[in-house]
Amino acid sequence: MPRNMSLRDFDWVLVAFVLIICTLGVIEIRSATLHTKFAGVHVKQVYWIMAGFGCMLLVSLVNYQALLERVPWMYLAGVALLGAVLVPHIGQKYLGARRWIKMPGGGHLQPSEWVKLILILAVAKYFADLQSRELSWTDFVKAGAIVGVPMLMVLAQPDLGTALTYLPIAMVGLFIGGIRWKQALAIVLLAGLAMPLAWHHLKDYQKQRLVSFMAPDNDPQGAGYHVRQSKIAVGSGGIWGSSSGSQTHLAFLPEPHTDFIFAAFSEEHGFVGALGVLLLYFIVLMRLTQNAQTAPDRAGTFIVMGVVAVLTFHILVNIGMVVGFMPVTGIPLPLMSYGGSSVLFIFLALGMVMNVRMRRFVN
Amino acid sequence: MFGRDEKPSHIRLTAVQYVILAIFLLLAYGLWRLQVSQSDYYSAAAEQNRIREVPILAPRGKILDRNGRTIVENYTSYTALLMRDSSRDLNADADLIAEGLHMDPKEVRDKIRHFAYMPQFQPIYLKEDITLDEVAFIEAHKNELPELDMIRAYRRLYPQKGFLAHLIGYVGEVSEDMLNQPQFEFYNPGDVVGRSGVELEYNQLLMGKNGSRQVLVNSHGKEVGQPLDEKPAVAGKPLKLTVDVDLQIAAEEAMEGKNGAIVAMDPRTGEILAMVSRPTYDPNDFAIRIGRADWQKLISDPNKPLLNKAIQAQLAPGSTFKIIMAAAGLQEGVAQNMHVNCNGGAVFYGRYFKCWITARHQVHGDVDITKGIYQSCDVFFYTLAEKLGISRIAKYATEFGLGQKTGIDLPDEVSGVMPSEEWKLRNFRQKWFPGETISVGIGQGAIAATPIQLARAIGAIASEGRLVRPHVTDPKDLPPNVVPVSRVPDEIKIPMDPQNWTTITDAMADVVSPLGTAGLSHIQGVDFAGKTGTAQTISNAAKAKLASDKSRFRDNAWFVGVEPRRNPEIVVCVLMEAGDEGYLAARVAAQVVKFYAQKQSRQPASIAKKGNSPGSVEVGAVWNSQNQNGSPDKLNGGRFQIDLGKRPLAIATAAPGLQ
Repeated sequence: MPRNMSLRDFDWVLVAFVLIICTLGVIEIRSATLHTKFAGVHVKQVYWIMAGFGCMLLVSLVNYQALLERVPWMYLAGVALLGAVLVPHIGQKYLGARRWIKMPGGGHLQPSEWVKLILILAVAKYFADLQSRELSWTDFVKAGAIVGVPMLMVLAQPDLGTALTYLPIAMVGLFIGGIRWKQALAIVLLAGLAMPLAWHHLKDYQKQRLVSFMAPDNDPQGAGYHVRQSKIAVGSGGIWGSSSGSQTHLAFLPEPHTDFIFAAFSEEHGFVGALGVLLLYFIVLMRLTQNAQTAPDRAGTFIVMGVVAVLTFHILVNIGMVVGFMPVTGIPLPLMSYGGSSVLFIFLALGMVMNVRMRRFVN
Repeated sequence: MFGRDEKPSHIRLTAVQYVILAIFLLLAYGLWRLQVSQSDYYSAAAEQNRIREVPILAPRGKILDRNGRTIVENYTSYTALLMRDSSRDLNADADLIAEGLHMDPKEVRDKIRHFAYMPQFQPIYLKEDITLDEVAFIEAHKNELPELDMIRAYRRLYPQKGFLAHLIGYVGEVSEDMLNQPQFEFYNPGDVVGRSGVELEYNQLLMGKNGSRQVLVNSHGKEVGQPLDEKPAVAGKPLKLTVDVDLQIAAEEAMEGKNGAIVAMDPRTGEILAMVSRPTYDPNDFAIRIGRADWQKLISDPNKPLLNKAIQAQLAPGSTFKIIMAAAGLQEGVAQNMHVNCNGGAVFYGRYFKCWITARHQVHGDVDITKGIYQSCDVFFYTLAEKLGISRIAKYATEFGLGQKTGIDLPDEVSGVMPSEEWKLRNFRQKWFPGETISVGIGQGAIAATPIQLARAIGAIASEGRLVRPHVTDPKDLPPNVVPVSRVPDEIKIPMDPQNWTTITDAMADVVSPLGTAGLSHIQGVDFAGKTGTAQTISNAAKAKLASDKSRFRDNAWFVGVEPRRNPEIVVCVLMEAGDEGYLAARVAAQVVKFYAQKQSRQPASIAKKGNSPGSVEVGAVWNSQNQNGSPDKLNGGRFQIDLGKRPLAIATAAPGLQ
């Protein structure tokens, strides 16, 4: 460990808040799965959190500058893996989408999750190397391409939800990197033009989800089922929470321990509890932005802000879905939802933040 | 130029913080909206989510004959259901479900699609009346196919071969049209209701009230815990008809292979004893949904099997109308001393009208009212019609119920037509031609009557003018709220001179004597009387043109018979479409009346009544018994009351096909 660097420089306040959220998540996972076939997964979640914590420590030790040096190679490897997923026999098909690579030993790897981390680094590296305060059109297009290529590949799997999580990395990167109004306008126009084209290419189930999001009550037992059940769960929680938690416990709420864990939590703990969790997330995000400001260099700021962007987007989309503002996309709630990949990703991302923070006094 | 360590804009970082704050405020608003402002709505929705009402279907009431014998009952069957509140992909499971239920996978998917816009709590009715192995399939796949369920339903078991089918009617799922009518407002889609016959007329009585069971379910449709509340189903009440199964069997047999109808009624009360319409159909086919092809076949059949011809066939009554003519003529004092010379026809209003006897190259010669009836002389009744005029004919015919509904407690009765001057002016804006009266005099022309109308009218004439309203149930057996309201009075007394009454009824008895048009239908030892009728379906002139296709326009045969001739216990009207000759219909009627008389004669009630108490017979007896010393020489004697009780006298124990 280099000099004037120690675990004391770890952002322990941030870690404390993160662990509080994780604990609430574990308790809720236990409650939601109590009488189902998933009973007991909260213990696994604890192991994942412990593993994630270990990874966070490891990542914080490797100098992020060293990581940034190797980003082009990591990026190429990530894109190669995404390409491999699309190849039959290598990529495993499940529920109509080719998202996984079968690993020796029976495990499954979903590269699109890890590409998210690589993209945070790649975008940070790209903008850090730029020498101008304002973006030129070429820089703008290049930055777009860095995120755009893997995004299109993930879309081809098809995995709209994960592909969309790449967007905020690019957006925050561009915004902090000094995007001009004209360029922002160009993005809006392009998005407007792409919309009908994208709709045309959406899979039927994706269209159905979007349609049922617009009018969930038309088909409460069909595609709108998830949205409606989630709203009922949240709404029936009231201010102080519903003691019976019937939506969750009688299995009306789909996936109450993964994507809809916040709905389950809101039902049991009501508006007060849900608002409390929102506050915890807000504190975590504010703390992260603060770390971005104190970062030793441009790259550090971009890395932390990339993590902020991904986390914010996850929270917005997941809780937005739970309260009925967003369509169902299958994006988990960071730190609370059950799932090894999700937990590991968050802790690795936090590890990079710690890495940057620990080196804030290194010039 | 800026160095690598140039810090990004603090303003922009702060802006990101404000964006995050805005996002969190938006999410907090979303939570507030659901959990605070609309909390009550979602709490109620959560209640509905948890509690599912599972219907318990009520069995319909049985239909019984006048002696309490079963005509219609229920059998238990199972209906396969698809629950849509389970989160399973129904389309993915469709193949397995179709295989297990012996259905076409396409049919299953069609049903799923068809129900896509129905309320979610409504299950999809996949297949009714499933077989035992299909029941076993559902039981065995409870875990793999949690959305597949079944419900116990009661189905109607109707008599075989369309026995009494038209009077009973059939049941079916309530239609959307019916649900829009006020009398069905409390019914739900999917309810099984009567669609015709007494099943429709007395649906309110027969239909039970479905119960329900409130159960706690999870989203997989699995019941959790004990039922919260159970409302048992209330079974429908039995309906007792006035029909006699034995007589109905006799009437059905008499009409076997023929087209037309039989109505047997007790003219003293108006009770319908038997009602047959041919061709018939098997209402058991309707108990489960009928296939489109079979339905098409039924409704496109030119012989109209779905029509209850006893109350829905309105046809020219032919010579049976001459009884009403005779009543009119005698009551008006015209016919008593009228003598007509029949030369096989006569000219009225410049047109030659034939008597039916010319077809046999004979003439009737001198005809009075009695011979006019038993020989059915057309010339006599042409002349009588000319003398009476259409107004007086219409007055009497209308009094005896022609041209109007009889008020029988069956749906969709038709009224027939009794023409008159006003009728023609109203319907055709034309004046009545006196020549038309001549045809009406023999029951042809514009006049149209139903078998039930003729049975009622001629039954009334034979009962000295007592006109009753026919009915298939005894109102005394019904709860007051289901007694049908009818504008037709239960009984009207039409004034009739006893002398005229004797004249007509005696002449009717002569019809079935060797003198009459139906001499072969004479029944030994039974006071049978009646009137034949042979009604043209088209005019003779038109018939000549259609020489090649005569069979389609064959004459309808009629007979209306009573027993005994005065104050009859039974009146039987027989219509045989394309039956050619009235005497053939008379044979059918005679068969029914003969059976009726035989059954009546076997009633020991007449013996029992001679005893001290009704229902028992006094018998004297002598017997030996042992003396006190052991020798069997003591003679005893005594009188005993043997209670005959209500010994089952009927031949059948239930309608055919039912135990």
